[in-house]
Amino acid sequence: MHPAYSVIFFTTATGAGYGLLACLGIFAFLGFIEAGFWFRLVSLGIAVALISAGLLSSTAHLGRPERAWRAFSQWKSSWLSREGVAAVATFIPTAAFGLGWVLLGLDGGWTAAAGLLSAIGAAVTVSTTGMIYASLKPIAQWSSRYTLPAYLIFAVMTGCVLFNALLSSFGQPFLWVQTTSLLLTGCGWAWKRATWRHNDGQVTGTTLNSATGLMGGEVRSIEWPHTEENYVLKEMGFIVARKHAAKLRLIAQALTFAMPFLLLALSVLLREVGWLAALFAMAATILQLAGMLVERWLFFAEARHTVALYYGR
Amino acid sequence: MTCLPASTEKKLGLVIDLDTCVGCQACVTSCKEWNTGGEMAPLTDVDPYGGDVDGVWFNRVHSYEHQTESGSSTVHFPRSCLHCEKPACVTVCPTGASYKRSSDGIVLIDESKCIGCKLCSWACPYGAREFDTSVGVMKKCTLCIDRIYNENIAEEDRVPACVAACPTSARHFGDLGDPDSAISQLVDRRSGVELMPELGYKPTNRYLPPRERTSNFGSAAPALQPLQAEGGFLGWVDRMLSRQ
Amino acid sequence: MSRDWLRAANSSPSQRPLSVSAPNEKDGVETSPAVSDRIAKTTCYMCACRCGIDVHVKDGVIRYINGNKDHPVNRGVICGKGSAGIMQHYSPARLRKPLLRTGPRGSGAFREIEWDEALSIATQRLSQIRATEPRKLAFFTGRDQSQSLTGWWASKFGTPNYAAHGGFCSVNMAAGGLYTVGGSFWEFGEPDWDRTKYFMIFGVAEDHDSNPIKIGLGKLKARGAKVVSVNPCRTGYNAIADDWIGIRPGTDGLFVLALVHELLRAGKIDLEYIAAYTNAAHLVIQNPGGADDGLFLRGPGDLPLIWDSERNVAVDAHNADVRPVLTGSYLIDGRRCVPVFQLMAERYLDEAYSPDVVAERCGVDAATIRRIAAELAHVAFEEAIELPVAWTGTNGRRHASMRGRPISMHAMRGISAHTNGFHTCRAIHLLQVLLGTVDVPGGFRFKPPFPKEPPPGPKPAGKDGGRAMTPLSGMPLGFVSGPEDLLVDDNGGPIRIDKAYSWEAPLAAHGLMHTVIRNAWVGDPYPIDTLFLYMANMAWNSSMNTVDTIRMLTDKDGSGEYRIPYIIYSDAYYSETVAFADLVLPDTTYLERHDCISLLDRPVSHADGPGDAIRQPVIDPDRDVRAFQTVLIDLGARLGLPGFVNDDGSAKYRDYADYIVNHERSPGIGPLAGWRSEDGSAEGRGAPNPGQLQRYIDNGGFWHHELADEQRFYKMANKSYLDFARHMGFVEKPEPIIFQLYSEPLQKFRLAAEGHGDLVPPPDHRERLKAYMDPLPFWYEPFEDSSSEKGRFPLHALTQRPMHMYHSWGGQNAWLRQITSQNRLFMHRKTAAALGLADDDWVWIESANGRVKGQIRLVDGVNPQTVWTWNAIGKRRGAWGLKDDAAESNRSFLLNHIIGDRLSGDSRYSNSDPVTGQAAWFDLRVRIEKCLPQEIGFTEPRFDRQAQPPHFPQPAESLSFGAQFRGRSVPPA
Ligand SMILES: Nc1nc2c(c(=O)[nH]1)N[C@H]1C(S)=C(S)[C@@H](COP(=O)(O)OP(=O)(O)OC[C@H]3O[C@@H](n4cnc5c(=O)[nH]c(N)nc54)[C@H](O)[C@@H]3O)O[C@H]1N2
Ligand SMILES: Nc1nc2c(c(=O)[nH]1)N[C@H]1C(S)=C(S)[C@@H](COP(=O)(O)OP(=O)(O)OC[C@H]3O[C@@H](n4cnc5c(=O)[nH]c(N)nc54)[C@H](O)[C@@H]3O)O[C@H]1N2
Ligand code: SF4
Ligand code: SF4
Ligand code: SF4
Ligand code: SF4
Ligand code: SF4
Ligand SMILES: [Mo]
Repeated sequence: MHPAYSVIFFTTATGAGYGLLACLGIFAFLGFIEAGFWFRLVSLGIAVALISAGLLSSTAHLGRPERAWRAFSQWKSSWLSREGVAAVATFIPTAAFGLGWVLLGLDGGWTAAAGLLSAIGAAVTVSTTGMIYASLKPIAQWSSRYTLPAYLIFAVMTGCVLFNALLSSFGQPFLWVQTTSLLLTGCGWAWKRATWRHNDGQVTGTTLNSATGLMGGEVRSIEWPHTEENYVLKEMGFIVARKHAAKLRLIAQALTFAMPFLLLALSVLLREVGWLAALFAMAATILQLAGMLVERWLFFAEARHTVALYYGR
Repeated sequence: MTCLPASTEKKLGLVIDLDTCVGCQACVTSCKEWNTGGEMAPLTDVDPYGGDVDGVWFNRVHSYEHQTESGSSTVHFPRSCLHCEKPACVTVCPTGASYKRSSDGIVLIDESKCIGCKLCSWACPYGAREFDTSVGVMKKCTLCIDRIYNENIAEEDRVPACVAACPTSARHFGDLGDPDSAISQLVDRRSGVELMPELGYKPTNRYLPPRERTSNFGSAAPALQPLQAEGGFLGWVDRMLSRQ
Repeated sequence: MSRDWLRAANSSPSQRPLSVSAPNEKDGVETSPAVSDRIAKTTCYMCACRCGIDVHVKDGVIRYINGNKDHPVNRGVICGKGSAGIMQHYSPARLRKPLLRTGPRGSGAFREIEWDEALSIATQRLSQIRATEPRKLAFFTGRDQSQSLTGWWASKFGTPNYAAHGGFCSVNMAAGGLYTVGGSFWEFGEPDWDRTKYFMIFGVAEDHDSNPIKIGLGKLKARGAKVVSVNPCRTGYNAIADDWIGIRPGTDGLFVLALVHELLRAGKIDLEYIAAYTNAAHLVIQNPGGADDGLFLRGPGDLPLIWDSERNVAVDAHNADVRPVLTGSYLIDGRRCVPVFQLMAERYLDEAYSPDVVAERCGVDAATIRRIAAELAHVAFEEAIELPVAWTGTNGRRHASMRGRPISMHAMRGISAHTNGFHTCRAIHLLQVLLGTVDVPGGFRFKPPFPKEPPPGPKPAGKDGGRAMTPLSGMPLGFVSGPEDLLVDDNGGPIRIDKAYSWEAPLAAHGLMHTVIRNAWVGDPYPIDTLFLYMANMAWNSSMNTVDTIRMLTDKDGSGEYRIPYIIYSDAYYSETVAFADLVLPDTTYLERHDCISLLDRPVSHADGPGDAIRQPVIDPDRDVRAFQTVLIDLGARLGLPGFVNDDGSAKYRDYADYIVNHERSPGIGPLAGWRSEDGSAEGRGAPNPGQLQRYIDNGGFWHHELADEQRFYKMANKSYLDFARHMGFVEKPEPIIFQLYSEPLQKFRLAAEGHGDLVPPPDHRERLKAYMDPLPFWYEPFEDSSSEKGRFPLHALTQRPMHMYHSWGGQNAWLRQITSQNRLFMHRKTAAALGLADDDWVWIESANGRVKGQIRLVDGVNPQTVWTWNAIGKRRGAWGLKDDAAESNRSFLLNHIIGDRLSGDSRYSNSDPVTGQAAWFDLRVRIEKCLPQEIGFTEPRFDRQAQPPHFPQPAESLSFGAQFRGRSVPPA
């Protein structure tokens, strides 16, 4: 699949944004943190900004963005429509949460409820995003049981790491969050590796034989219907060289998991030196988000659409 | 709209005979020509005279070699929308632009609703949807809906453009939902197949597989034996002629 | 019979509409948009197939083009090119105005001039030539369908230097057939698609009969008839064959004669048929070294004789009462004579033609050859068919039914484009005839006006070389029957610039267009003044050795003058050749002009009856262009050519349309056969009818006469048919057409080479003539195979026509070029592996003539000793309205660059068949070498960009053709 930057950015940013929103909502609901106005403003602001920027960038991918409103209509069947509805719906508790928690500085009561609802909205929205991919049968790498959990894990992972960085920067490192970040990063890593292992070993029943109905033996493409690239090939026939992908997998792992894991571990160990811990936590976040972009790029680039079979790709 | 009808009154579609298709591209350009001025007009071509030429087409013909134990053969393979019964291209559409008609089963796009999110093209395993960058909407085969019922053209011509054009009659059109229709019977007779049935889209169109390439015209042709005639071949000729 | 097809959308009666009205889906879809304001029925010209088309015009713009259901050629279907006619018509490469060269030849620097200036420049130059030495005008035309006009014009001008493209195209097929059975494959005959059970197709990728062949194959498939393809490449038609024989190029003759060998050995031949319709019984004089050796024994009236075994005398071959004798040896008046058949048996029963001997050379194993022979015998003799139609033979014999042997064959350029093509073509006809399958039900059928007497009608005119202000005595092209008909001077040198009808190419029935540029450049046999070309891309894909051809076109002599002094060219588009012209006459597109597809030329006949057709202007030109035929008629009048002016010197014809209606080639016979005589009641013969064109238009653009059932088969000896043919002017006398298995004209040339007769060839041509003017078909190695270079160039290299492109002119088409804008070199996987090559590699393709670079594609479906590519995809930069980055000029290659125009073994001769002069495009031998890393990604050789003429439109960035026709309006978002 063609790795479109707008979609890569969209899924990464909204993932982190919703992850952070969920963390904030849950923590506010549970009343775990003593947070001042600035922390509240900045952290929720970042969450909302990431979500909004992501959503906005996703419309950049549309051929007719001015009609984007139509996308809310088909929630009965379409995960994309559901995503739109969920995303917009989530803004309602989030707005209430922002009003109560940030502007009015409230804790508990309806603010906490709004926080929880925001967190639920975030989870639902990320799930719908995951389902968009997980439901696409022509793309075996996506339509697997790994996809939905991956979206959720990576959202909560990046959200939590970001949350942790914010806490640390505001001088309120929270061991629980630190260790959870560490854990989630490890978990994400494991999940990604498991996914790759699954994908690499996957044999789908869909082959050029079944795609053409020419059963038995081997079918080889000898001529395309057109000698130059076309939409179908550019969009769905994208291929990434094996060697290139292997290198990118290493980079993705280093950036998303290994280095953040190390930095987060260091920041736990060095939590006495607050500014250093904060620096490490922040670095972990930035590296992880950068790594997520690479991971997402690979998520698309390594996904093979059945139509590529027709082209012998 | 994007919920699928539980069933459709008819299942209109195409049957493509891979045993007969010579890969001439007539269906390809005829489709382009009809449809670039038709229901989904235009089928834009980008950089039409340059190095990055790329246009919207609803029908494209591939060439393959099929190697089996009994040998290798070359097969031309036209690929267009199969008007599936359970097409995810429709259900994924967030806007209702994509839909399947409950009357005849044709899968269409209402361009005025399309936001160009391209998701339907991802959801189609067959690559049957093409995006028109100039207008930012998705386009696809309409089964020539503006021909098959068109009262402005002679009744016998109310078949899809690709079918009317096909010089070898490798393309057939009709109601695959009616087991008695000529086209359903053709599918029966020639054991027509579905493409990628494992994905569950239940395509309406069928492909008729190439017949076995015989290097043996049955046992009907016994090996030739040299004439065992008196006077050899010429003697035989003489006798044959004088017998007349 | 043929009209029995059910009326459906196309040729397939199984295509039925739904016959229901639109269901009420309430989705706002406009199911009945108006398609057009008007439909013009005319004839397609995206290729030479001449299909009938319905052009739908809406608001003055072409909306859609579909096949004409009633048309005898295509019956409603249309091909990949024809359906892209819109883009052809609106091509940005269309020429806009007459052009006069301002820069060096080939540069593309021109200025626009008015038609008056253009025509007076041409008139001045041509009248000068005509007043002095008319042969200094070489007038050669290409893909046009107006050869009866252009040839007549040349004849009236007085130059023998005229031909159309047939010489580089398929004259081997035309001559091979016309000298043998009086008809030919090409588009002059067709299989009996409705009845044949076994169809063999030799060396065809697409052919002129594009749609009829496809319709026919569809019918065979629907009936489950067997299709056998003999072709080194398994594409297109060959891909759907039940049996693909991946023969080694240039060896079909051997393969076919091995089939003949097998059939003879088993006695599986139709003796009755052979005796009745061929010259197998004609007595041939056996007098080695004598002047009459190998000629027919002739009696009173110069008629050939056969042996009457009852009375033991030689009698007139036409004698219906005699039972012919096919074998034996007879002493008649002191001369030993044997029947033709005896000679055939001796030759083809020889072990040299046995499957075991030929197998390896052909790349076809002996068992396969035997199997095919057995299948042919089986279908011909065990599955014979019988039509319950009574008919009368020319001998007066009444037959109660028509017997058919349902085997048919078709062959084209895979056979003809080799230096042994003429004999191979004859071998295929021989095979057909031995099986009794020519013009019988289920067999190969003639399309009227064929068959004609083999060889047909008039001899080539121009023996005197053309005299000032004097028309030729006849048409420049014709058929020779012996040395006396050649166009050679007293020293035996050629009279024509292309050396057609000389000792180098005696049976050159279509001329040798591919030799004109070199000969004119060398001045051999003499220099010319003006090269007048029409519709042939001679600076590119229709020349061999393009690189040198371009050099010759631009070469100057010591005084700084071009060695080919003047070039006038008519094209409709900005092709490569336009850049080399001094004066460019821009033509209309096929939808802007009148044309006629005439029985005098290459008509739209069907085996069930003759037909002809017209083109009519559908759209008014939006440029300052004129139909070439009208321009030619105008030039004829300006030059005062006889036939083009009235007695008072005024122009005889207003334009081509006027000529089509009013011209009479002989009394009552004109370009169109339908609706003749004042009231339109006559067919074939009749006075001109001023309303004729309208009658054609009213009938859908064509005229077609259905033969009566009894006239449809055995046309070579069918009294009723031949009477009709005589009335129509197809044949002079309603006499039987005898298939010439043994070709006496060839033997006459051989005798001349042995020194007999008044006209003998110069000594250095004799061995060649003796070897190749064999009266019976035989096989020899294609010349490049037998040349000493063979070892260096181990692979055969071929081109094939893509079904969706017409030579060079499809490349400008925005739709067609999306399908193919880069051609690959296809090669067998195993061959590539042996050379260490992988799919997609860039390679040098090198021949004795040079090298080109391209990218390979590996396949299984090709003879392992053969590589091939799609024809004419490569373009010169700047041509055809394409942008500089177009794949056509950067990644595509033209094989022509490396095809030598001379024989690599004997450079005296052009790279042509020694009998007919047919260009041997497919004799090419190459070797393949992997490119160095720095050489990949771009083709070579590359040529300077040709500049574009003034006011040439810039190619569009994007095309939204059709938006204006949209039925459903899209509400703004
Ligand atoms: N390597 C290789 N070379 C080959 C062959 C091959 O098989 N292999 N085949 C050979 C054969 S058989 C043939 S026939 C030739 C064909 O080669 P050409 O005769 O050169 O055919 P085209 O490329 O179609 O070019 C014809 C010219 O006619 C122009 N034209 C098109 N329409 C019109 C019109 O309406 N009016 C006018 N005035 N001009 C028009 C086109 O623009 C083009 O310049 O190629 C030969 N060359
Ligand atoms: N679409 C389209 N149609 C056309 C044309 C076009 O350019 N495009 N051109 C028209 C013209 S001018 C012509 S002359 C005709 C020609 O029509 P075809 O006769 O079909 O000509 P080619 O495409 O050259 O195909 C030659 C075939 O012969 C095979 N071949 C080559 N050498 C041998 C051999 O030694 N033995 C055998 N058995 N096969 C061999 C090649 O593999 C190829 O398949 O087509 C006409 N129709
Ligand atoms: S072929 Fe593709 S576009 Fe057509 S209905 Fe099926 S899934 Fe949809
Ligand atoms: S591109 Fe258009 S038709 Fe396709 S899913 Fe999106 S909105 Fe629906
Ligand atoms: S049915 Fe119509 S739209 Fe569909 S492929 Fe055929 S011609 Fe094109
Ligand atoms: S028109 Fe018919 S024969 Fe030609 S490519 Fe299409 S399906 Fe095949
Ligand atoms: S075969 Fe030739 S004449 Fe017929 S429709 Fe195609 S391009 Fe036109
Ligand atoms: Mo040709």
